[in-house]
Formats: sequence, structure tokens, C-alpha cells
Amino acid sequence: MTNAPAITAEIVAQHGLSPEEYERVLASMGREPNLTELGIFSVMWSEHCSYKSSRIHLKKLPTEAPWVICGPGENAGVIDIGDGQAAIFKMESHNHPSYIEPYQGAATGVGGILRDVFTMGARPVANLNALRFGRPDHPKMRHLIAGVVHGIGGYGNCVGVPTVGGEVNFHPSYDGNILVNAMTVGIADQDKIFYSAASGIGNSIVYVGSKTGRDGIHGATMASAEFDEKSDEKRPTVQVGDPFTEKLLIEACLELMASDAIVAIQDMGAAGLTSSSVEMASKGGVGIELDMNAVPQRETGMTPYEMMLSESQERMLMVLKPGREDFAEAIFRKWELDFAVIGTVTDTGRMVLNWNGETVADIPLGPLADEAPLYDRPTATKDEYKAWAGVKPLGDIPESTDFAADLLKLMASPDIASRRWIWEQYDHMVGADTVQRPGGDAAVVRVHGTQKGLAMSTDCTPRYCYADPYEGGKQAVAECYRNLSAVGATPLAITNCLNFASPQRPEIMAQLTGCLEGMGDACRALDFPIVSGNVSLYNESKATGGGNAILPTPAIGGVGLLADWSTSATIAFKAEGEDVFILGHSYRHLGQSLWLREIAGLEGRDAGAPPPVDLATERANGTLVRSLIADGVLTAAHDCSDGGAAVAIAEMALAGGIGADIEAVAEAGAPTPLLFGEDQGRYIVTTAQGDILAARAAAADISVIRIGRVGGDALRFDLQATATTAIIPLADLRRAHEGFFPALMGADAALA
Amino acid sequence: MKSAVIVFPGSNCDRDLAVALRETTGAEPVMVWHGETSLPDGLDIVGVPGGFSYGDYLRSGAMAARSPVMRAVADAAAKGVAVLGVCNGFQVLTETGLLPGALMRNAGLNFVCRDVDLTVANSQTMFTAKYDDAEAIKIPVAHHDGNYFADEATLDRLEGEGRVAFRYAGAVNGSARAIAGIVNDAGNVLGLMPHPERMIDAAAHGRADGRRLFEGLIEALG
Repeated sequence: MTNAPAITAEIVAQHGLSPEEYERVLASMGREPNLTELGIFSVMWSEHCSYKSSRIHLKKLPTEAPWVICGPGENAGVIDIGDGQAAIFKMESHNHPSYIEPYQGAATGVGGILRDVFTMGARPVANLNALRFGRPDHPKMRHLIAGVVHGIGGYGNCVGVPTVGGEVNFHPSYDGNILVNAMTVGIADQDKIFYSAASGIGNSIVYVGSKTGRDGIHGATMASAEFDEKSDEKRPTVQVGDPFTEKLLIEACLELMASDAIVAIQDMGAAGLTSSSVEMASKGGVGIELDMNAVPQRETGMTPYEMMLSESQERMLMVLKPGREDFAEAIFRKWELDFAVIGTVTDTGRMVLNWNGETVADIPLGPLADEAPLYDRPTATKDEYKAWAGVKPLGDIPESTDFAADLLKLMASPDIASRRWIWEQYDHMVGADTVQRPGGDAAVVRVHGTQKGLAMSTDCTPRYCYADPYEGGKQAVAECYRNLSAVGATPLAITNCLNFASPQRPEIMAQLTGCLEGMGDACRALDFPIVSGNVSLYNESKATGGGNAILPTPAIGGVGLLADWSTSATIAFKAEGEDVFILGHSYRHLGQSLWLREIAGLEGRDAGAPPPVDLATERANGTLVRSLIADGVLTAAHDCSDGGAAVAIAEMALAGGIGADIEAVAEAGAPTPLLFGEDQGRYIVTTAQGDILAARAAAADISVIRIGRVGGDALRFDLQATATTAIIPLADLRRAHEGFFPALMGADAALA
Repeated sequence: MKSAVIVFPGSNCDRDLAVALRETTGAEPVMVWHGETSLPDGLDIVGVPGGFSYGDYLRSGAMAARSPVMRAVADAAAKGVAVLGVCNGFQVLTETGLLPGALMRNAGLNFVCRDVDLTVANSQTMFTAKYDDAEAIKIPVAHHDGNYFADEATLDRLEGEGRVAFRYAGAVNGSARAIAGIVNDAGNVLGLMPHPERMIDAAAHGRADGRRLFEGLIEALG
């Protein structure tokens, strides 16, 4: 056995292992590991790969429903969408690399999540993302925004998968640690779904895709530590993406998958060859032996340590049926990709690596995967968290003094302003199946060649999650449910991407467990299980001088099904004279609203409790909205979220290019809490059949109030409580709404 | 009506173009791999699709233009077969010399994907027969390198000979004389940056302005 440097405490620390964890390594090996073996332990036991701080809490999430084919644990979640077809999807973070090198970080985030989906046999049909940036005027932010957007576009556009939706927030807590979460949705035939468990002693283990280089070594370990002042020096740990090769890999894999040659397949993502081979072998309960000399290499002189820890992109590992190697190789050669048999499946339960005629690693698989460390980290109690977060009850809030000015300001504010500048840089139409484009509540993509449509949306309101993790966790799921319902889709399942700061702080653990508890309750109440997910911890940075933890950001990506995509509703006002209704009860809850933050200057601790979510109401209201859409009663629907009913109405007017007279505000009292409050479970809808709507709502015991009529080229709010009428021309509204990103990013943003 | 769609490594609008050809010709197009040295017999239409052939590495369309199959496409064009190059296909056609000029990086430097207003600059070509002269239509673009460039003499000649098929009605990518699509001097090769195949069904795509391009071509080919 080659023995390079002896393993010192310093080397152990450099590999991100604690002294206790190293003791476990010694115990499971029964001897001192060599450097290659230590490297393998370090990546497998990193937070990123092992979920060691979150695993015991994730187990509490609901993951089952009759339509769930495969829940968490595989590369992505799989749900039944009828006719023998399945939707396969997952969301994943690429936060740390994107802060260090935004273009490549974001690009490879897209590449990685695409591989998670097509490795299971699905053709990717849509990408979405959830992005969080710091203060728009932070000196680094334009560079980060431009890099991330160009990276997502550069990769997604080239592979030819439309980027159809997403969300963006700005908050100072992300100044030194932006979040880039990418989601892919794919479609497969249910009898052609591929899993990762290796089997068949003696079967060939095959490497396909790009060659292995020295990029991304220790990426998973880097992604499992907080940033310090020297984080820029970690740039060499960021991988470099090649979307062209990914496109070839998609086509080659799908071509091979049409045959019966594959036993198991797994992409090489975080921790590259190490985690893919360990996961395949441990899931299959077998062993694995690899010939490191056979690994296709981009550079000369690479060591087994480097090859095992490289995160070079666009690579896959497969177990093939005996005798099918030549058949498979021909397909990959046609697509001009590397193909190499690099090992065999064994019955030893160990991972053995050979190189230059020597065994350079020999590790029992159990300790690497299933028996990896598991921590029940100290967690602050709810009361302790409340005291720490220090969110004060909301006192008396002044009424809006200039309703029109408030609405214009909100529409121009960073969290509400039009995202057109972003999504026009993404090819959101390739495939010609995007029947609802970005800008609505949810994107809708046709299932190619059928009448079915998949609706998808990403959602989370981090400021709610900070103020009340439990309610915030519920709200993220509920808003996703609402967005899918608003286009008429039946919400089926979600993926989550849990972005939090350091789990070694009890308050952060309280955020994580609180959000998960809320999320779990919401999923159960809404029949909306979690089928896949990802956890990203240590999202905090001393780079900005503060020791800044991000807001808790458990992003949700949801998928819903429309039996007939052509029945889906959009947010746009359709026709003059149609009535505008608000569906769902308004409690006038202003706490944590964007009106408070942008207009009254109250946020965080000073902005009170977030709006509570009543899950039974959420479900009932969503069910009613979906049935009204299916029956053609509604002509437009839009959920009320950031900025409340007023912003929802304004977005509907802009989307349709028609104004509205909002009349019936007076009877509800003061306009600010009604129109700017962010009460949950509400939709603004339009109809030409107000009687039917009223009757259907009454039958379901759901509040629906007519508040006005579509028409004109302005929004008119008749504010009887203050005896004034606010008139906002659509042109002014559009200027405000469309102005933020172009003003921030400017014509030279491509060079930022 | 027999059609074919060329597939390069990195093409990604090949299926969309095939769907549009299937729906308008009523027959399944033949997908032709870039390594082929000949085209199927009896073709009426050859589609060169959008996408990122060879990742747009080196220069958009440059490597695809050297594919074996492009020699066969040039031969077919010389014999009068209709050749339609969309987006990356337009770039490939300029790189092969089947069309004059070049497509440079967008003036705004960003990728741009949106519906754009176009004006039909010449309704007398075999690709534009179903449009009216100067008709305003809307078709989406999705490109990073759509900024059409040619020298002044070439631009004058294109305009003088009625070879500008479509123009942008507003600022999109900085193209010389707002050129969105041109035909060769024989009139049987069209290259355009907008994607007509993405707008063939009013219900799904909002409008069907692109469909008439295919229908007009089929009618002209009779």
C-alpha cells in the first residue's frame, strides 16, 4: 500500500473532519488511513454528502402518496402523471461556488441538477431556479447577479432545456453568501426509470462523459464550511461547466436507456467518482473495485486522490449487463464522449482502488455511507428562539398617506419588480411546449404530444421564516400550492432546497427544525408530499465583516398536473367589464409585509409576526379555485403574496394591458391592511359569471367579495375610508415595475 | 412533400423544426445526422435547426459548417431544394457561404429570448408567400449572436434584389438595417434568426404567425 505523508492532526483538520470523526475513521478502518482513503472519508462525511446534521430531522417529512413512485433517496423524486408517464424532479443548491465564481457556480448548478434528472431516465423538459442576492447596492452584487444569470442562461440555453420560472429576493443577509438553487423537471415512461443500486457480481462498471480533471477537488467540503475573508482563494474548488458535452450526454444516455443494457446509473455530482461509486455499491449492498489507471483523465500525472475527489462535470457512472459493453460504447462514441470500463461489481462490501499495480485504497463501504456520522445538534427551544430572534409585536401602524405613491414604490421595489431582465436572458421557449411563460403564478409546460400540462413554481418567503420558522415553513409550501392552483393545476408533490446557516448554532438548528415542522404539517394537510431535496448548511459569511447568517430559506419547488393544458388560467385581465373578486378571507394582517418594509421602514424584528397560514382554508380555497378554472368560470386568477392584494391586482392589469376600477374597498375599512396586508389563502380572480362564482363559493363556505371591474387604462382605487380615489395610469405602473432591473444592471451589465 | 432536418451535436431545436414540418407537410421529416455525406433522395425541404452546434465554441455555426453533411446540403441548394436555416441554422448557412454576411454577438451583449415584432420585407419569396408585403408579425427570438453584419455593398445588393425577407420592427440585437432574415440570390435558401417553428399554434404559442412561413413554402413548392 502506497503510503504518502503520515496523517497528522493538521491534515485531518484540512479535510474538514473533527478529531472525533477521525477517531471513527480509525475505528472503522482498523488502521490508519492513507491520504486517498482520508480524502474519501472526508467528502463522504461532509455535510453536503452525508446530511449528518439534518438527516434525523428530514426523516419526519411526509414523502408518500398514492401517486409517488419514488421518494427521497434516489437522484430525484418520481411521481405518476398518468398514461404510464412519470414526472421526475429535484431542486439543488449551488450557493458556495456561485458566490466565489458566479458564472461557473450557477452554470454547473444547472448542469448538476439536469444530470440528477436524466440519470433516472427522464428527458429534462424545464428548469427553474430560486435566487437570493444581497443588497442591490452592495458593491459586489451587480457582478454576482450578472454572473449568476449569465451562468444559468449559458448552460440551460445551450442544453436546450427551457428555463421557465423562478424567484428572486434581495436581503442584506445574503450580501456575503448568495443562494443559487436550481430545479429540473423531466418526463419519463414509468417502465423506463433507472435507479442507482449496483447489482450483479462481476458486472462492468463503466465511466462515460467528460474526462476527469483537477477542477472542483474538495468542492463538497468547501460547500460544508462557512466563508471567511479568504473565500476568494477557494476559486480552484469551483468546477467548470461544459453544457455542450452535457447535451451530448443527455442524448447518449437516453439513447442507451431505450435499450435494456443498463443495470444501474448514477451521475457524478458533488464528490464526483467517490460518492457515485460509494452510493451505487452501498445501495446495492455489494462491493466495488476500480482500476484508477482506466479513468479517462484530462491531465497527466493525476493521483488516485485527485481522481476520486475531482468534481469535473458531465460525467456518469453505470453498471452494465454482461456483454453489453460494446453496444453501449458504440452509442457514446457516436456522441463523441469518453467511454471506459473502469471496474467491476464485487461481493466484498468494500471499495478497493488499484493504481499502477498497487492497491491504493481499501475501505469498508458501510462506514462511508449508511454508517456515516449522524448528529442531533443542540437546538434552541421555541421560546429561546423567540428571545434570540427578538421579533416584537407590531404596534400601531400609520395609514397609507398616498396610496398611489405607495403602490408605485412597491411595484418598483427589488422583491416585486418585474424579473423580465432576467428571464429574457433564458431561452424559456425551446421545445415549443412552454404554454405559460415566466411572469405568472406558475409556468406550464405541455407534456409533449399530449393534452397534459405540468405546472411548476418555486417559492419561499425567508423574512417570514426568520420571524417564525414554523409559520414560514408552512407558508412556503402553501404559497407553492396556491401558485399551482392559480393556474388550475392539481398540486402533486414538491422538492425542497433547505438553505440555512451553521447547524452548530442552536438558533440556526431551531430555524431548520421549525421550518421542517411547518413544512411537514403543510405537506400533510395539502396532500403535497416531498419527493426529493437537498440541504445546504453553513450559509454564513464573515466576508462582509459581520458573521452574517442568511435568513432561513427553505425553498420549495412544486409540480402540479393539468389534464388539459389549454384550460389553464393566467394572471392577465382579459376583458373590459368583467368583475374582479377577492377569494379568501382578508384578516388585514400587515406583519412582515413588504408594505411595512418598503413604505413604513419596518422590517425584521420591528415588523411583527408573519401572516399565519390556515392549512384547511388553504386547501379548501385552492380546491375551489381549481374547480372554477376547470369549469371555465374564471377568466383570470392570481394568488396574493408579496405586496398583498394591491400588488396582485396591479400585476394582473399589467399582464393584460387593461386597468380596473376597484370600488368596494370602503366597506372593509382602512385600505392599507386590506390591500397591502399579506393574508394567506387569497386569490384575486375575474369572471363574467359573478353569480355562479358567488354561488359556488357560498356552497363551499368560502368568502368571495366583488371588489371591482376590469376596464380602462388605469387602476382606480376608490378609497372611501379616506374619501379619496387613487388613480394610477398603467403606463406609470409599467414604468415603475419594469424599471428596477434595467436601472440596476444597466447596459454594461454583461461586463460587470 | 418530403423534408429533412439536419442534426448536429448540440442542435436543440431539431425536434421543434421537425414538429412544424410534420404538422404542415403532413409527413414525418427525416432526421439526418451531421456525419452523413448524402441526403435522402427526393427532398423538397431541408431544415437547418437552431441550437448550439458544437456548443457555439470557436464561433457560432463555424464547426457545423464543416460537417460532412453540409456539402450535401450545398449541393441540394444548388439544385433548387428549399433550405431553411433558423437561428443557429442561419449562422451555419452564413458560415458555409450559402448566405452572405455574419451573425455577431448581440449589441446588448446579453442573450435575448422574447417575441419580437417583425416586418415582412418581401412577400414575393417562396418562404414569405403567405404574408402580405410590409405585414407586421410577431415571432420569438432566442439568441446570443443575432447581430447581422455585412459590408455596405452587400447590404445594398440584398436590399436592391429584394433578398431581405424579414426585418425587426424595433431594436433587438443591433443587426445592420434591422435585418432578421435573408434569402440567397436564387431565392431557395432562407436564413432567419427568429424561430417560426415556435409559433405555429395559436392556442399553445399565443399566435401562429410562424406557421404561414411553412404553409407558404409548401404551397410555393406545390
